[in-house]
Amino acid sequence: MAVAMRVLAILLCLLALPSLLALPSLAADPPNPPPAKAGTTCIDAPAVMRRDHPGMLMHQRDDTLRLGIRGGKASLKDCVACHATTAADGTPVPVNAPGQFCQACHAYAAVQPDCFECHATTPPLKTAGGAP
Amino acid sequence: MKKTVYLEITALTPGWIALVAGLGAMIAAALAAVWHMEHQGHWVTGMTNQVVWGLPHVFAVFLIVAASGALNIASIGSVFGREPYQPLGRLSGLVAMALLAGGLAVLVLDLGRPDRLAVAMTHFNFKSIFAWNVILYSGFFAVVAFYLWTMMDWRMKRFYRPAALGAFLWRLILTTGTGSIFGFLVAREAYGAAVMAPLFIAMSFAYGLAVFTLVLLFTAKTTGRPLGDRMLIRLVRLLGLFVAANLYFVALHHLTQLYFAGRGGVEAFVLADGGVYTMLFWGGQVVLGGILPLVIAFTGCGHRPRRRATIASLLVMIGGLAQVYVLIIGGQAWPLDLFPGMEVASGFADGRIHAYVPTLAETVLGLGGLAIAALVILLGVTVLRFVPTGLADPEQSPG
Amino acid sequence: MTEISRRQVVLASGAVLVVAASAAAAAPRGQGQPASATRHWGLLIDTAKCDDGCTVCVKACKAEMGLAGHDRPATDPQYVRKLTVTDPATGHRHSLPVMCQHCDKPACVDVCPTGASMKRADGIVLVDRHICIGCRYCMMACPYKARSFAHEEQTGQKPYLPRGKGTVEGCTLCVHRIDAGGEPVCVEACAAKAKGAMLFGDLKDPDSAIAQRVAKEATTRIRADLGLLPSVRYQGI
Repeated sequence: MAVAMRVLAILLCLLALPSLLALPSLAADPPNPPPAKAGTTCIDAPAVMRRDHPGMLMHQRDDTLRLGIRGGKASLKDCVACHATTAADGTPVPVNAPGQFCQACHAYAAVQPDCFECHATTPPLKTAGGAP
Repeated sequence: MKKTVYLEITALTPGWIALVAGLGAMIAAALAAVWHMEHQGHWVTGMTNQVVWGLPHVFAVFLIVAASGALNIASIGSVFGREPYQPLGRLSGLVAMALLAGGLAVLVLDLGRPDRLAVAMTHFNFKSIFAWNVILYSGFFAVVAFYLWTMMDWRMKRFYRPAALGAFLWRLILTTGTGSIFGFLVAREAYGAAVMAPLFIAMSFAYGLAVFTLVLLFTAKTTGRPLGDRMLIRLVRLLGLFVAANLYFVALHHLTQLYFAGRGGVEAFVLADGGVYTMLFWGGQVVLGGILPLVIAFTGCGHRPRRRATIASLLVMIGGLAQVYVLIIGGQAWPLDLFPGMEVASGFADGRIHAYVPTLAETVLGLGGLAIAALVILLGVTVLRFVPTGLADPEQSPG
Repeated sequence: MTEISRRQVVLASGAVLVVAASAAAAAPRGQGQPASATRHWGLLIDTAKCDDGCTVCVKACKAEMGLAGHDRPATDPQYVRKLTVTDPATGHRHSLPVMCQHCDKPACVDVCPTGASMKRADGIVLVDRHICIGCRYCMMACPYKARSFAHEEQTGQKPYLPRGKGTVEGCTLCVHRIDAGGEPVCVEACAAKAKGAMLFGDLKDPDSAIAQRVAKEATTRIRADLGLLPSVRYQGI
């Protein structure tokens, strides 16, 4: 009986261990991403965007790629165009660099989306050409 | 009929620990290799835009094909009712699942995006034989698990026959699917052919039995459990029969290809001037994996059955790996024929034999698949009752 | 796979009506309109105008698509390449660009296990790299060696062409330009800097230059015997 209680106590301690992983977030400040480009408005309210942007992006990616529908409002390219910042010397800073727009909140939430393994992290350069 | 007694093998003996440690180390090395390949990208491997499937796929296909064949032993006992094979049914099921697990592990770990396995399991293009194979492989685990359940739980006995038949049919469809992965490729001259499916079935019979025999011999030797010579003679003769079937389909494949004027080039490449591929074909596949095992199976060369079974099975395994290598890599080394009858050159490796040199990482990954299969078998026979205790020859011979 | 909402079906039908009514050959598709099967994009390449050493189309593609190589020709991506074809019996030699042939019955689409390799309604064959698992089976299946595998981490991607390590890629017929009313960059570069061997257009539009030429002049496709019905036609091969 005493053995069983001891085993139970050890098991409970072990189960409680993972909660220690939450400690760093208890001490962390809420994320503070840099503001978007001046003079632009987002496609929706920040509260809506925070909650719904994964679904918006995932739905639109199929529209754009598989159906060929251009100009949808939840365009990742447009997100980057507005939310990427430039360094002091004018070079664009990748939007997934530490402390930048996408990365600041995702690091806090411990989420690692792999969008920018493929997608460009800086806004398009202003060139003549057929790029929409 | 004497009732077969199955017993777990003893765990935590020095040999057992050494084996687990060794296999564990091999698997750890394979995982390290995967981390390296996935982190750096596939440029660190020998695989290129020309030879897209390399040594990991050779091992994976070998293991998957052997997996389906390993189940044969159980089927011979259950579907075909041959009594001497019935005590081996449980081990056969375990070996089949273990080999498939090893093969699939290698295949998945070599993907460009192995983190998207969930995508592969939820998005199916039903026109793709590859997608069908994903379903067939996953289903194989379920079907064999159910089959084992009917064998090991006396309360499930009434489902034994339907489970056995279902497993037998499932594995035939599965191997047909695996062969068709290559057979359906109209672009590749080395194998766009219907004979790939029955060839793979013949290969599976041979490889599966070879691997199973080696597992059985190793288990008997290390646990000291008896293994009768008559059983071994049966197994090695059956192996000879399967090897003969394999050689038949290989001959059929190449003779047909030789008859088509347009396929003369790729046949000359494989059979005559393909360098390493020709060597592996004749030396590995035909001689080591075909003729020698046939001789050993049917004449014996005067050796004891245990030795004959071991050597023949090892040779079939080596020959099998050579056969799969020639098929998969040799088939990609031969360039695509955009302009039949013309000589083609480009900056993208058109018109010339494609080089492939496997790297250490790929080799370690492939061997890791074997280690995974072996570890699954070892843990299985330790935890559950797969291995029969009385495989000695009976005193009076009933048949 | 993709669930199409009612809104999109209505839009698509509207788009079909609009396109059928007007005879716009390569006008930019309106925002929010899906690609439509009333068009079928194709290329016509006159190899007589293709010089042996000329690689203008290849270079233009690499620049446009951001295909910076790593000096590893075996694994570097290449969407379009120049092939030199020599007849061993006669010694005749000619040169032509080969890219993804955007087949009407693509082998790569048939074999892709997840459906990542896809054909858009207007005939362009693409890789949906969101669901590509990098198995390379499409590369085994393609008779034209059209596809490349991204063998390393990619950086500096163009915003209109996301591409990443571990997925398969190939010529997109410059879908980002076509959807904006333009033409593929290889065609444009050939016309501007070489002999204008390449012609792009809508094969289903009887008024387009390409449709009129393929109706009047003899054209062939590479490995037509395979029955994959490529959208890229050649003259002089």
